[in-house]
Amino acid sequence: MKGTHLGEFEELVLLTVASLVNKAYSVAICDELSKHADRTVRLGVVHAVLNRLEEKGLVKSELGEATATRGGKRKRFYFLTGAGKASMVRAKEIRDQLWQKIPGLYLKRI
Amino acid sequence: MRLLASYCRPELLEDLQGDLNEFFERNVASRGKFIARLIYVIDVLKFLRSYTVRRPAFANPLKNTFMLGSYIKTSGRGISRNKLFSAINIVGLAVSMSVGLLVIAVVSDLRSYDSGLANRERIYRVVSTLAPAGEEPMKLATTSWKAGRLIRQAVPGVEAMTILRRDFSGDARIDGNIVPMSGLYANEGFFDVFSFPLASGSAGTALKQPYSVVLTQSAATKLFGHTDPMGKVLKFDTINYTVTGVLADLPRLSHIQFEMLVSLSSIDLRQSTADGQYMDWTNVFSTYAYVLLSPNTDPARFSAALNRINERENAAVPHRKVFLSAQPLNDIPIGTPMRNEIGMVMPTVVLYTLAGLALIIILSASFNYTNLSIARSLKRSREVGIRKVIGAQRGQVIGQFMAESVILALLSGCFAFCIFWLLRGQFFSIDQRLQSIFSLELSPRLVIAFVVFAVGVGLVAGFLPALFYSKIKAVQVLKDAASIKVFGHLSFRKALVVIQYTFSLIFITAAIIGYHQYKSFLRFDLGFTTTNVLNIDLQGNKSDVFVRELATIPAVKMVSRSVLVSSLGSTFGSSVKYHDPTDSSGVDLNDIDENYLPLHQYTFLAGRNFTRRSKDAAATEAIVNERLVKRFDIGHGVPERAIGEAVVIDGKKLTIVGVLKDFHYGTVESEIGPTALRYSAEPGGYVNVKVGSENLTGTMTAIETLWKQIDKVHPLNAKFYDDQIEHAYRQFAIMSQVIGFFALLAICIASLGLFGMVIYTMQKRIKEVSIRKVLGAGEGVLVYLLSKGFLLLLLISAGIALPVTWLLFEKLVLARVAYHRPIQIGELFSGLFIVGGIAIVMIGVMTLKIVRANPARVLKNE
Repeated sequence: MKGTHLGEFEELVLLTVASLVNKAYSVAICDELSKHADRTVRLGVVHAVLNRLEEKGLVKSELGEATATRGGKRKRFYFLTGAGKASMVRAKEIRDQLWQKIPGLYLKRI
Repeated sequence: MRLLASYCRPELLEDLQGDLNEFFERNVASRGKFIARLIYVIDVLKFLRSYTVRRPAFANPLKNTFMLGSYIKTSGRGISRNKLFSAINIVGLAVSMSVGLLVIAVVSDLRSYDSGLANRERIYRVVSTLAPAGEEPMKLATTSWKAGRLIRQAVPGVEAMTILRRDFSGDARIDGNIVPMSGLYANEGFFDVFSFPLASGSAGTALKQPYSVVLTQSAATKLFGHTDPMGKVLKFDTINYTVTGVLADLPRLSHIQFEMLVSLSSIDLRQSTADGQYMDWTNVFSTYAYVLLSPNTDPARFSAALNRINERENAAVPHRKVFLSAQPLNDIPIGTPMRNEIGMVMPTVVLYTLAGLALIIILSASFNYTNLSIARSLKRSREVGIRKVIGAQRGQVIGQFMAESVILALLSGCFAFCIFWLLRGQFFSIDQRLQSIFSLELSPRLVIAFVVFAVGVGLVAGFLPALFYSKIKAVQVLKDAASIKVFGHLSFRKALVVIQYTFSLIFITAAIIGYHQYKSFLRFDLGFTTTNVLNIDLQGNKSDVFVRELATIPAVKMVSRSVLVSSLGSTFGSSVKYHDPTDSSGVDLNDIDENYLPLHQYTFLAGRNFTRRSKDAAATEAIVNERLVKRFDIGHGVPERAIGEAVVIDGKKLTIVGVLKDFHYGTVESEIGPTALRYSAEPGGYVNVKVGSENLTGTMTAIETLWKQIDKVHPLNAKFYDDQIEHAYRQFAIMSQVIGFFALLAICIASLGLFGMVIYTMQKRIKEVSIRKVLGAGEGVLVYLLSKGFLLLLLISAGIALPVTWLLFEKLVLARVAYHRPIQIGELFSGLFIVGGIAIVMIGVMTLKIVRANPARVLKNE
């Protein structure tokens, strides 16, 4: 299964889900990402990614309470799973290892 | 929104909708409503991804079969409970469907033409387009003999080909008997292309030798009785033909029909035809070429090969060009008829018109069903409500109503089939020729088509009621049945009634106008008299003796002769020139003797009639009509001055001796053109006999006895001029007959529908009427009150139908007829009177019945 690997955008979404703690639902994720990554993020794309993450077992979701703002429709909140947490940590580790390998002098010269 | 709901998986739906709503509101605030909506729609479409789309739900087949049984049961109850409404629906649908069946049978016949032939898909006919320089190109079903030869020699991928030539006819002599026969010339490839089975003889060689003939079984019986015809000799003129084969009788649905085939090699190629040499590239008038392509040949490549031949051959011919093209055998029976067709061709327009008319009638009957079902909704909506409460889904309610209408349609289909059988006889009696063209016999394919058709009609008719009922909300209905908005659909139902009546009115008015026009054509002043003129076809006999003998019959007042009988549509033309050799015009011709003009009482404007001259004298004189004089400005507007001038007709110089008032040489459909009459002492063609009106049968017998002395073989072919004219305009008679028939159906169906609506409305309003009556309303006022709604509908339909019909005739139909009587107001309105009369009587009777009901009894029942 190619599934355990995290794509760049997937990783961002996963991080956002984690950072929003208990308030992570599609629109909020979309807003948060737009704010931090400074790029336009489409709702459809976020939905697709969340769906994929859920399929991979990295996040789980449940429906919240109905609110008036959404025309009486309930929100679907996303939470990190254990596997999600592990893969996030793993991704960070890979990056850190690579960072450490770069000699400081080399970077300064660029 | 609904789109999203329709494709989205249920578990994701709520979430997505919520998100979209949130965004939508945000966008409304920031960018305005319109853009927000647009974004919403785009987003909905964007969500259409593999993971959001719901898997198609596989319905439980067991459940559906159970429900189907229940649908059928309840439908049966529904139909039998409302006998009146069911009867109206069934009668209407049956009548209209029978016409649909007829059209289906006709189309099926046309599609199965030549279906008995093997390799039918690979057979192509080579047809030509003749384009003389500066004239309209003309499409011909025939081609040139040369083209046939070139194809056989130079085109690859042709497995077999045959060349046919039309117009073999003559009197066959066998042992002193004379039998007139006709057929086609064909070469030995005929049986390779067409797999008609030979009863005896060899398919490969039967048509090889010159002067050999192949007979059909019935022709062989006609000629030789039950003796074996093989090897027998038939004598045509002076040449002996040997019978080399006998063919099983041709199937009726074959586009080629003949009694006998004569080997093509019998034609002497050294002689020339009226259209030029046999082998001329442009002599495209009498030869048919059929090819059988080998299985792997692409028809496009064959066409390309034909184009190459076209280019090469046209380069060698000045003035006119011929283009060959290939026509698949299957396309021959339906299409635009070409010149020189070998068999019958059903024009596409006629077929579409028939189908269109049938469709209108069927729709009209479906409207009845829709109308009456929705009108009954007050009763049935409660049933639907309960169904929904028990757990019926929308699809199941639709299913139930569809099942009901389909069952009703199938039931009507059975009745329709009986009516179709009656109709079939009527159809054949329209024209005798139809019997040789169509069989309209049942085949399994046809039965299947009928059933599919009936189911289709049921689905169409039941669609709207089903949709209507399925939308009913259970809670609302059960709380208060009267509250559902039946009357929201009232305008819709009224629209249906208006449409029905509009079509009925258009049909009947068209039929009436058509009939009156036809009558006016018959009474039309042609510019000469046709009363009691008997035209006898000479059939190639010498006329001198016959004419002399005819004059001795006391009832015969006058006898003349002419090459053709004019005003019937057939023409005989050439070109005419005056002084200027470059200025020529087409001219219609007739060769007549000196008695022709007085017999038909033509009006002379100037000059004199022909005088009797000897047979050998060269033609030097012509009598022309006004139009010709005007065309060349001969005599500058004074007919007298045109006398003595010379015109060149057909390359011969003729002196004008008389000018006739314009008369109709063609039918009234065509404009009068320049016409010239030439003298001939003995024109072969027709003998025109003016007879006294008394004792016609006696005169006819006398003429027949005389004819028998002249020609022992062919029966007398004599027709009264007036009858011939009537025959020439038969198409108009048939047209108004057919449309009249459709009008009758349309009116019946519309009346049935209106009848149902009236009954329904009356039942609903009976209480209201009673109360009004108790309060003192008079009968007249009440009838007016009840019927004015319906009459208004009728008036609206009339307002649409009459102008439409008028325009239709004025711009389309009659625009093609050069000399027609203007449409009379009376004709336009008489249809309205008939339809209106029926409707008023019906509404009146029904309302009177309600109004006369005793109010006390009605109200007491409460």
